[in-house]
Amino acid sequence: MRNDYDIAVVGGGLLGSAIAWGLGRIGQRVVVLDEGDVTKRASRANFALVWVQSKGLGMPAYTVWTVRASETWAQLAADLKDQTGLDVCLQRNGGFHLALSEGELEQRANTLKRLHNQVGAADYQVEVMDRDRVAAMLPAIGPEVVGGTFCPLDGHVNSLRTFRAFHTGFKAFGVDYRPEHPVTAIAQSGGEFRLATPRGEIRAGKVVLAAGNANQALAPMVGLHAPMGPTRGQIVVTERTLPFLPHPLTTIRQTDEGTVMIGDSKEDLLDDSGLDLSISTVMADRARRTFPLLGRLNVVRTWSGIRVMPKDGFPVYDQSESHPGAFVACCHSGVTLASNHAYALAPMIAAGQLDATEVGAFTGRRFAAMATTGSGYY
Amino acid sequence: MFKRLQADTRKPVGIFVDGTAVTAREGDTVSAALLASGLDVRRTTAVSGAPRLPYCMMGVCFDCLVTVDGTGNRQGCLITVREGMRIEIQKGKREIGR
Amino acid sequence: MSAGPTRSEYDVVVVGAGPAGLAAAATAAGAGLSTLLLDENAGPGGQVWRAIDTTPVRAPDLLGRDYWAGAGLVAEARASGAEILQGATVWGLDRNLEVAVSIGGGSRFVTARRVVLATGALERPFPIPGWTLPGVLTAGAAQTLLKSSGLVPEGRTVLAGQGPLLWLLAAQILRLGGGIDLILDTAERANWRQAWRYAPGFLFTPYFAKGLALMREVRAKVRVVSGVTALSAEGDGRVERVAYTAGGRRETVPVDTLLLHQGVVPNVNLAMAAGVKHAWDPIQLCWAPVLDETLATSVPGIAIAGDGAGIGGAPAAVVRGRIAGLAAVEALAPTAVRRGPSMETLRVARDRAERGRRFLDLLFRPSRAFRIPDGDTVVCRCEEVTARDIRDAVAIGATGPNQLKAYRRAGMGPCQGRLCGLTVTELMAEARGMTPEEIGYYRLRPPVKPITLAELADMPQSESAVRAVVR
Repeated sequence: MRNDYDIAVVGGGLLGSAIAWGLGRIGQRVVVLDEGDVTKRASRANFALVWVQSKGLGMPAYTVWTVRASETWAQLAADLKDQTGLDVCLQRNGGFHLALSEGELEQRANTLKRLHNQVGAADYQVEVMDRDRVAAMLPAIGPEVVGGTFCPLDGHVNSLRTFRAFHTGFKAFGVDYRPEHPVTAIAQSGGEFRLATPRGEIRAGKVVLAAGNANQALAPMVGLHAPMGPTRGQIVVTERTLPFLPHPLTTIRQTDEGTVMIGDSKEDLLDDSGLDLSISTVMADRARRTFPLLGRLNVVRTWSGIRVMPKDGFPVYDQSESHPGAFVACCHSGVTLASNHAYALAPMIAAGQLDATEVGAFTGRRFAAMATTGSGYY
Repeated sequence: MFKRLQADTRKPVGIFVDGTAVTAREGDTVSAALLASGLDVRRTTAVSGAPRLPYCMMGVCFDCLVTVDGTGNRQGCLITVREGMRIEIQKGKREIGR
Repeated sequence: MSAGPTRSEYDVVVVGAGPAGLAAAATAAGAGLSTLLLDENAGPGGQVWRAIDTTPVRAPDLLGRDYWAGAGLVAEARASGAEILQGATVWGLDRNLEVAVSIGGGSRFVTARRVVLATGALERPFPIPGWTLPGVLTAGAAQTLLKSSGLVPEGRTVLAGQGPLLWLLAAQILRLGGGIDLILDTAERANWRQAWRYAPGFLFTPYFAKGLALMREVRAKVRVVSGVTALSAEGDGRVERVAYTAGGRRETVPVDTLLLHQGVVPNVNLAMAAGVKHAWDPIQLCWAPVLDETLATSVPGIAIAGDGAGIGGAPAAVVRGRIAGLAAVEALAPTAVRRGPSMETLRVARDRAERGRRFLDLLFRPSRAFRIPDGDTVVCRCEEVTARDIRDAVAIGATGPNQLKAYRRAGMGPCQGRLCGLTVTELMAEARGMTPEEIGYYRLRPPVKPITLAELADMPQSESAVRAVVR
């Protein structure tokens, strides 16, 4: 029987879009099924870091995967520019985590040491810097900054423009993007998947679940497992200002447009329609102590978003044994890992087989075996 | 662009616009004083550098942004002039230190 | 100026000291409730009675009787015992009725048992080609300059648009000795077909006679071109010409100042950020809060009075303010001695004040050409996003204003959608073949007006908030 599409990607955020774009790029007929205007979208509520340092404590394979993404991001930016004319403003000249006390710095240094001592972790440079060395690279720091950690692989990007570039690129690759098509049920029959949406059924030979935290409910429909542990994060955004911050930080970055984004908080509350002003205050206070001049800028927006977060913090990539052709992909770092999703994961999905040596560590079956939690981000 | 009423008896207030002395009146907003000054007081935007002047005069459009006494991006239409106030016409993005 | 509120808790906090806010505060405080009235401007009066204490335009005839009518209510509010703070910008309000306010560069919270939002109206966006050029202002802006500083436009001046305010402004400019070269009337003649059956109600309102007199006064001195169907501002670095089409003919006139007006719409930002449910008003073509008889919103304890409750004009705003104030009194101090009119009397007064509104709404319904722009016309003035950009975003999958932000940053600048939101909703609705209600609006959050990071940083920090950030 002829399928409408080779592959249906459920979820049109950065993760689903990167995979769909990567599939379209190699000639697959793809449909992307997405939700509408008001839904929990990490793709428009993220911090836009392309980040390496401190990721992967508890899962050494994640360090390797992250470094690889960092290294192939420049190619992604170039390909998107060629295809769409859109500059996603990748800046990869190293990033900082700054500490406001000796205690914070020591804790940070210990975390990084443990991370790098893991067997199988990627070997890359991260430096613990004292205040003077930080000040030489970030002259605007305040007197309370005692030092920080610096990784030359870290960077950031314009994540909204990346999102737009993927969606613009869909047209050229013939990827069919369908918003307002939330998937309510998935069944496999006669060698194809049938996806139920309020606007009718979609048929495809394969299906990729890339619906963020909603994967938790979708995955069992095709014999997969993606337990999620979402958290809420808040961000404060200032008006545009002339460039003053040459490197991104884990919690402060200046965008290519000139605005300064300040984050990030972590709450168990999962309502992204409101926010806790007291949290904005704590973040603003720490930002001002880090860069005192920031205090003069006007705050023009604040928002909250729900992090896509697998239960242990690490990505889940898996394929179904009971429903061949069904895949699941979810991770916190949809920005950082976009290049891997487009260039590495998409071809595996097109071929119908995830490469165990590359992504075997990320199977969802790990949750059945172990109950450890690690450091998925920062 | 705008002219004053002959019968305006409010007290004069001396301000500086990019260093030029300008006589405003007590109760004027910064934007009103600028529009009555006869000077070229067009700012340029932070996005494209396009020239702008105040549009709404009621605090909602943010096209009256101006540097007042060393602080950038102030809403000129909501700030009342004070004697000796130093106003600079802002070109593009503000600087973080001002 | 930088003195803050004297207490941290009030029975009633009223936001906005225009007609509705003054009336609400006077009514609540008059019945003995502790009442705080917060207003962003230097003096009370809102837009309609702007600078009523300080205007240099003292001769009573110049600004007209409706303007000076505000003096009585300002005096009543001051005598009522309400604490009135000017230069106080409210930037946040939540379901716990915590009001975040910035005064003199510092912010604080005050809590209320009842909040009355009287944030009024703002000019409907008028997105024509060139509306961002220097020298193009809203008619309301010109009126503000006129009232608060006695300024009138100098050089060649054109007014374009429609509605009562345009004619009032024209008359005021002329009375103050200013010149107007041309009025370009964009009112659609076809609107009469919908409006005429409401005309009888309007004929018995004071607006009718006043409106006719104003138009006569202006037409005697200024050339008026009716039936304008297209309009653009042109010029290099500032407006130099206005091009318009009337009766199928395109004309261009030189200009130094172009004043635009096509009605006002509720200023919804604070209410929406507080979570108040709004609905699309298909007649007034804007969002308006969903309210009950006493102007209570979907959020318990928050009421909305004045034009923020749906455009009704100043006399209706006063009555609505009294209704909201009295509702607070009835809820918080049911046994208080009331000196003012009863709720029943106020409802009758409100009906009377709102009579004729439907006629005006329909007669001055702005045409599609001036609401839904094409091509390179800027829609979002802050982020400089054009109509074409928005249509392109729809073509690649933007379904509503919030996804549009992700694609194009529309509404993400400092004005927070006040100048583009309605246009975006209507443009996307048209592009997608849906209703504005289905398309929806930007999700708004505090601060609804910019505050400095230092102000935010100086607010109280809860223990749980520290735990959520420091790790």
